Amino acid sequence: MDTSTILAAADTVSGNLATLGYGLAVIGPGIGLGILIGKTIEGMARQPEVSGQLRTTMFIGIGFVEVLGLLGLITGFLFK
Amino acid sequence: MLPFAADQSGTGGFEPPSIADFFPAPVLFQGTWLEFNRIMLVRLIAALVLVTFMVVVARRARLVPGRTQAAVEMILDFVRVNVVNEILGSERGRRYAAMLTTVFFGILAFNLTGAIPGLNIAGTSLIGLPVLLAVWAYVTYLSAGVKAQGFGGFVKSSLFPPGVPWFMYILLTPIELLQVLVIRPATLAIRLMANMVSGHLMLALCFAATQYFVVEAAPGLKVFGALTLVASLALTAFEVFVAALQAYIFVVLTAVYISLSVEAEH
Repeated sequence: MDTSTILAAADTVSGNLATLGYGLAVIGPGIGLGILIGKTIEGMARQPEVSGQLRTTMFIGIGFVEVLGLLGLITGFLFK
Repeated sequence: MLPFAADQSGTGGFEPPSIADFFPAPVLFQGTWLEFNRIMLVRLIAALVLVTFMVVVARRARLVPGRTQAAVEMILDFVRVNVVNEILGSERGRRYAAMLTTVFFGILAFNLTGAIPGLNIAGTSLIGLPVLLAVWAYVTYLSAGVKAQGFGGFVKSSLFPPGVPWFMYILLTPIELLQVLVIRPATLAIRLMANMVSGHLMLALCFAATQYFVVEAAPGLKVFGALTLVASLALTAFEVFVAALQAYIFVVLTAVYISLSVEAEH
């Protein structure tokens, strides 16, 4: 690949850095959701009789974790 | 994607959805305060359908429920038993059951419009409606706290959690203040709105890609149209799930905030 191709690519590939930002923003919540849901499943397998309570608590936790990823989404639109 | 997306034939080409979808041109009363656009029309339709449906079901209520009545009763029961009774308890929760049920049905109806063909946008995908609902939850949990513990007691129990060494309050109290006054209502509204926005963008992207692949793309690329069509159908089903899940999460978190402000120690 010679220099002119790279320059041409730099001319045509345009976009917003926020696209990368969202990718970075979901790493944390992704790991968080994985741990959260995995641990809940573990708890349910150990004690199936409290699974209703565990599920409610899991959804509350999901609400808190999920909003972090969604903040990453909307900041991409807000701060251009 | 990019080199294929750049149009060679000159007829429109691939048009990805953008944030402009959420700010359509007004359809009625242009230029006045009552300016009325497509999303407000969708909200109005959703509200009318919800109210009419519930009134009709309530009017025709029988001792032995029919299929529709049984379904509605199942959802009502779900909110009352699985949310209100489990989080607030049946004694204390009775006062808030009506509010939480209303919020649940409202959010469900406004969310589902995002997955209905023809309406195609969730009523909650602009920040106004989620903010209204979040303000309702905010006022409810603050007044519930003041009513249960008195103003001083509520401030003390929510800003100075017990069982912490005194110097930690320098750090904890500002965080708790911000949490109670700003972060809780703001995240309630933002979570609902951002979920619906991202859902709409995903769906619109899949449908637009299907249209592009099938109608305009080179013959070799038409196969991908089948892929995006299947993806868009699957995502529509996913959106229905997310609509119900977000209504549930909003109501559960509101109930949790009410119980946090009602209980003296947590």
